[in-house]
Amino acid sequence: MPTGFLKPSEGYLEKRSMQSRQYDTTNEQQILSAVAGVLQDLGFTLDDSETELGLVSASKKADATHGGQIAGAIMLDILGAIGGASPNATAQCDKHQIVKASVITKPGLDGKKTIVRLTLQRIVWNMNNQVSRVETINDPQIYQKFFDGLSKSIFLEAQQI
Amino acid sequence: MRKFNKYCFILALLILVAGLAGCATTANKAFVTEESQVQLRSIQTRAFDTTDKKKMMQNVISTMQDLDFVIDKADLILGSVTGNKYLGNAVITMSVTVRPRGEKQLLVRANAQYGITSVEDPATYQDFFTALEKSIFLTAQQVD
Repeated sequence: MPTGFLKPSEGYLEKRSMQSRQYDTTNEQQILSAVAGVLQDLGFTLDDSETELGLVSASKKADATHGGQIAGAIMLDILGAIGGASPNATAQCDKHQIVKASVITKPGLDGKKTIVRLTLQRIVWNMNNQVSRVETINDPQIYQKFFDGLSKSIFLEAQQI
Repeated sequence: MRKFNKYCFILALLILVAGLAGCATTANKAFVTEESQVQLRSIQTRAFDTTDKKKMMQNVISTMQDLDFVIDKADLILGSVTGNKYLGNAVITMSVTVRPRGEKQLLVRANAQYGITSVEDPATYQDFFTALEKSIFLTAQQVD
């Protein structure tokens, strides 16, 4: 077992700012229902929530096949077959994934804003239905997409649409 | 022939005993801890001079998020937070409970699992509590 895995990694502050946004409202419940709406817009199903603490957790099953990866694997299999081996690289290709999302809201330090922080991770299965990898999602664009949706959703809910 | 039957019976009995013993050991494995109960509690628990349970839980959650955990469940009344962290191909699960201690303090207890192994290393828990201390300090000092 490695040690030090409960120590903040370098660059955790940058990660925090990538995963967080502030909204000019103290109405956490309104934000939370907007969050639930955006997660549903993105095709997630809600797993758990705790409004008092400001938590919504959700998950989504999705396709994980990647054209390039499969093409590469087929090439490898063909080369292997020519060489007399059976590498079966295609079976190691990604097949499907479960993405887990967890959104936390808390009051801002000045008491006038609400901080929303999203964290994402995923489990990927290969063609053999084995877990091929588990990882935290660190793509800023994915986080940005969620917050764009959230800003719209908060606006829509405020306008009662 | 009679003697043969007797041996068969004894053999069957031995196999049965061995089988039953096997069942008992795997179930027991889930309840084995390396450290004693008292030691484990002191490794996993810290007291804080505050009675604001909600704020403490919010700090626990942000600390866990800073440590790359994704929060699965939380309950204010029970004072519990549970989250997962993926490290390489291993899954680390941690739950933290917050409960009052006397009139002026809160007790925070963390317990973590690395894959199928319980984490019982004092330094690992100390890392978590150090991060938690800093988080509470940050909030008080309005630095973000």
